[in-house]
Amino acid sequence: MTGRADIRHDDPTRFAIVATAILLSLAAAITPLAAAAQRPGAADTVVIGYLTQEEEPPIPLSFLDPILTDEGLQGARLALSDNKSTGRFLGQDFTLREVVVPIDGDPAAGFRELTAEGVNLIVADLPADDLLTVADLDEAADMLLLNARPRDDRLRNADCRANVLHTIPSRAMLADGLAQYLVVKRWTRWFLVVGRHQPDRLFADAMRRAAQRYRAEIVEEKDWTFEAGNARVDTGHVTLQRTVPAFSRAADHDVVIVADEMNEFGEYFSHRTFLPRPVAGTQGLVPTAWSRVFEQWGGTQLHSRFQRQAGRWMTERDYSAWMAVRAIGEAATRAGSVEPGVIANYIRGPDFELAAFKGQGLTFREWDGQLRQPVPLTGPRILVSVSPQEGFLHPFSELDTLGHDRPESDCRK
Amino acid sequence: MNSARVTGIAALAAVFLAVPARAETIYVSNERDNTVSVIDGGTLELIDTIKVGRRPRGITFSKDRSVLYVCAGDSDRIDIIDLSTNRVIGRLPSGPDPELFVLHPDGGTLYIANEDDNLVTVVDVVGKRVVAEIEVGVEPEGMGISPDGRILVNTSETTNMAHFIDTVTHEIVDNVLVDSRPRVAQFNNDGSKVWVSSEIGGTVAVIDADSRAILRTIEFEIQGVPREAVQPVGIALTSDGTKAYVALGPANRVAEINQQTLEVERYHLVGQRVWNLALSPDESRLYTTNGVSSDMSVVDLDEGRVVRTIGVGRLPWGVVSRP
Repeated sequence: MTGRADIRHDDPTRFAIVATAILLSLAAAITPLAAAAQRPGAADTVVIGYLTQEEEPPIPLSFLDPILTDEGLQGARLALSDNKSTGRFLGQDFTLREVVVPIDGDPAAGFRELTAEGVNLIVADLPADDLLTVADLDEAADMLLLNARPRDDRLRNADCRANVLHTIPSRAMLADGLAQYLVVKRWTRWFLVVGRHQPDRLFADAMRRAAQRYRAEIVEEKDWTFEAGNARVDTGHVTLQRTVPAFSRAADHDVVIVADEMNEFGEYFSHRTFLPRPVAGTQGLVPTAWSRVFEQWGGTQLHSRFQRQAGRWMTERDYSAWMAVRAIGEAATRAGSVEPGVIANYIRGPDFELAAFKGQGLTFREWDGQLRQPVPLTGPRILVSVSPQEGFLHPFSELDTLGHDRPESDCRK
Repeated sequence: MNSARVTGIAALAAVFLAVPARAETIYVSNERDNTVSVIDGGTLELIDTIKVGRRPRGITFSKDRSVLYVCAGDSDRIDIIDLSTNRVIGRLPSGPDPELFVLHPDGGTLYIANEDDNLVTVVDVVGKRVVAEIEVGVEPEGMGISPDGRILVNTSETTNMAHFIDTVTHEIVDNVLVDSRPRVAQFNNDGSKVWVSSEIGGTVAVIDADSRAILRTIEFEIQGVPREAVQPVGIALTSDGTKAYVALGPANRVAEINQQTLEVERYHLVGQRVWNLALSPDESRLYTTNGVSSDMSVVDLDEGRVVRTIGVGRLPWGVVSRP
């Protein structure tokens, strides 16, 4: 394995030799990226761009959930401080250039702000369409974008881009993770309830695909079309106690699958369904990259550092941004370089491995740029399981039983 | 009664007769129970349970082995247990969230990894005060000290380094990049090498203590165990420089390695998610803490097998033994 040399703090000559050796060994593979060396900051500083846009925060369905206005960004900031602490010993520094596009602004303009400053490594916390817009800009051609937000499967298939990697799991990975567990439980007859928004339909698509893959059956499917958000007014529960049982009279099923990514109604189903059935999907038993209930493999430490910095719990979006910024830091450490081109190549190379509190090193799939990762299945108060489930085998990595595997991928980048 | 059975009983009796009486005592910290379990090395029975501060993990004896120091991470302190009475008799300051520590060979100083604060806290055991704080990488964990007490090695789990620290100046003199999530650092008996386990990397780096070059990165291949289940943590090195034992986490095995050739010689199947290890004082046995099965395995190293499994508290973490 390359990059395993001991790079030392007190011996600049040796560091230079090691760094040069690594540079030379990578030189053949370096894209034009390397030529566009970082301009801002000191010579030994990695500048990481963070691009996001202001939006109206959704009002949580549960009174317990806080309204978040800095989701994602706080994860990136924590990873930056992790990178800086590590870099200190290697003479590397890191800065995070945060660009938050105003609510009525243009993400492309925000992106150009970063490129004008010579930032070549960018964490994108943008909706899918905006991500594609910026990834397709001429300036972006030789850059590396790390997607920490949209789970859309099209970004890993027909709409994949050579300059985009994804740290957040795809919907297909989440759906497969849940489906494996349901199959293990032999809860294979699903009643699917789909919300009215586009992301809800995409999640439902992923569940349908998972049902096919794991030979589960969607016995009935209904659209939830009721006006949302009335449970928190006085006597709101009375209406729901009438509506949900009536709505959930469906062909006999083992589990209700809710597709409600906007968190508008999924919580209404637990304890109210016509038949006494568990609820899973976007509420109930939830497959996710990260949750406060997940404390295995040292996760407690990440939660505790995050809590101290942000004063709140770390969400999946925070975690995905944390992984993106940490991936850049890890590559800089291992490659012994602050050159964006060298870093980008190392991340894409065979030796890259990210420790992200999931019990094993995480790597990017070469066919679609998706970060392989175990998927925790979380209840509201405690971890239920972690997929892949035992017995779901794969010739390369069991993690590749989750999401679009190489032969299934439509990504032609 | 057939003769085979008679022979069997005779053999069994012979085994019992051959085992010498053992006076040693084993101590196990239980991270979830906030206790330390006490096990009699002769009978291999649990004989006492000592209530300590919250989230106890690292444990170590004082130089004269009369007291046990316990890192109580969530209580932000070190508890001192008097081993003649098995009671907590005092506390030491530790800095926030102490996870693991090592005692200077002269017995006067504890070096403590503060997991949440990227610090190593240096505590004067006699004066019961903090004498220094050393800034290290993210999530400091493993702590090893050279037999002459001059060099301290600390690992940082997220920074992925072994930091070599001068115990006189408290300055970091070197940083060695190792595989992901380094956990335990252990000097061999003559101080010439440092062994560092990497949980996520799935390897153990053997580092030359003088040049700080990695001499070998030991990998583990176990038939029927996926690579990602191999998560090396605890390390125990025999004092005669022949054997090394490495706990492999959810692989549920301990690797036995030749300290000279650095080759893995065999694997011992123990309890679930084996985390830390201790050799018995005469180094004929290995005690392992098994986090998921909440027990301790006793490996007879001559026979090469687990001779007893003893239930302890929830999430057993550290283990030490004394004559």
